[in-house]
Amino acid sequence: MSQLAVEVARVPRARRRALGAPTLGSGIALGYLSVIVLVPLAAVAAKAASGGWHHFWQVAWNPEARAALELTFELAGAVVAINAVTGTAIAWTLVRDDFHGKRLVNAIIDLPFALPTIVAGLTLLALYGPTGDLGVDVAYTRWGVLMALLFVTLPFVVRAVQPTLLELDREMEEAAASLGAGRFATFRRIVFPHLLPALLSGVALAFARAIGEFGAVILIAGNLPFKTEVASLYVFEHINSDDPTGASALAVLMLVVSLGVLLVIGALRRWATRHDR
Amino acid sequence: MTARTRTSNRLLLVRFCALGYLAVILIAPVTLIFWRAFEHGVHPFWAAISNPIATHALRLTVEVTLIAVPLNTAFGILCALAIVRHRIPGMGLINAFVDLPLALSPVVVGLALYLLYGRDGWFGHWLTTHGVRVLFALPAMVLATIFVSLPFVVREVVPVLREIGTDQEEAASTLGASSLTTFRRITLPAIRWAIAYGVVLTAARSLGEFGAVSIVSGGIAGRTQTLTQYVQASYENFDQTGAYAASVLLALLAITTLLAMTVMRHGDRRA
Repeated sequence: MSQLAVEVARVPRARRRALGAPTLGSGIALGYLSVIVLVPLAAVAAKAASGGWHHFWQVAWNPEARAALELTFELAGAVVAINAVTGTAIAWTLVRDDFHGKRLVNAIIDLPFALPTIVAGLTLLALYGPTGDLGVDVAYTRWGVLMALLFVTLPFVVRAVQPTLLELDREMEEAAASLGAGRFATFRRIVFPHLLPALLSGVALAFARAIGEFGAVILIAGNLPFKTEVASLYVFEHINSDDPTGASALAVLMLVVSLGVLLVIGALRRWATRHDR
Repeated sequence: MTARTRTSNRLLLVRFCALGYLAVILIAPVTLIFWRAFEHGVHPFWAAISNPIATHALRLTVEVTLIAVPLNTAFGILCALAIVRHRIPGMGLINAFVDLPLALSPVVVGLALYLLYGRDGWFGHWLTTHGVRVLFALPAMVLATIFVSLPFVVREVVPVLREIGTDQEEAASTLGASSLTTFRRITLPAIRWAIAYGVVLTAARSLGEFGAVSIVSGGIAGRTQTLTQYVQASYENFDQTGAYAASVLLALLAITTLLAMTVMRHGDRRA
């Protein structure tokens, strides 16, 4: 208690005094947030809980829902693993390497963020779909869904790792190299530990995105329960077939995962800043 | 230096793998879609874009964006001020909920609005008796778009507000400026670039929104169909030219966004 009082006393008066139009402005912001985000999400939670705990599990754990959840987590796991490697490699190439067109490559990394998800799905189908020129057809397969998820999650790890890599002091690496460490040992012992918080938060965002992605996968996945139906498609199909309870059960689980990921990222951010000090 | 030349092969391998992955996942498919759209010249592209259903979809998309962006900009500034300057209890939680749309599936957003404003929804009965149509109409589409594009202005403005601190605002208010004047003359000029970034990102997200809107709009061609839904409908009706043409239009908007951000970043650095 006294500890807290000391902490509060240390905050300068200027910062403790609210500026601007505190009560009115914050009130409006809170009201808006409630109407737009909190109340609708409460409706989902209420719907899922309406039949009681037992009923909720029965709905969320039926074979089709379970298959959808298992597939979703499997794919998200694969997305995380692939992005951790390729994202770091791309960030490394953009920071440490030099080649023609590097600035252009750097610019297009953000394209999956800016491109509408349905367009992302269509572009992949144009090349790797039934009418593509390559002779591969990933339409209605899990490989296709995985590709779509890799497309939309591409920037997360790159953009998380890149700034940390830029700031990294190269003298440490040179010191390690001069002491006889190989390139790989230097990366593993010096670079990697510094990148880890950024890498993990990038990976966490990619995971959340992969769990919930809808637009990019809908055209590629088709509508095949037990085969390519991920959680978001399950929710969508069950709204369409007038089963909002079934849709809500999975939606609540997805909501919990999203909130969990945000909490993890918040913790990682605090961890990273503690390292700085 | 010798260490670097000795291992340059390995560096080349990393470069090759990184760029190869980018080419397979991103560059080749996006390039192909442009080629497909213009493969038979500009005329079929133009014909596919200018039919009444496509133009209606484009107009509706722009309309929804024009409503969502100003609302989210005003909210974004107020919310950023609340987060940085006012120590309200429970701010951590509010912070998390502001970020939530970035990590949440759009189908959950769509479902939430469906459960609120649908026939059997919380507000459904009241709305029906008063003859207000929200679901499968413009209001629900706007609400869905606002939800998914909510965080962008807040996220851009918060770090800048933290960085500029309160010294100048304090000085202004000590000299007798009202809080509104202080905001207009001191705070607003400092955060204007952050607001501009936020607006561009909000607009891009709004123009491209698909999942949440497709649940609450009904997607009736010529009435509640946005441009992204037009892409889906065209593809599923085997009208590939239409799907590719509308996709290229959306992709051009996305590329414009990226260019705008790059140009603005240059301006920001000079300012």
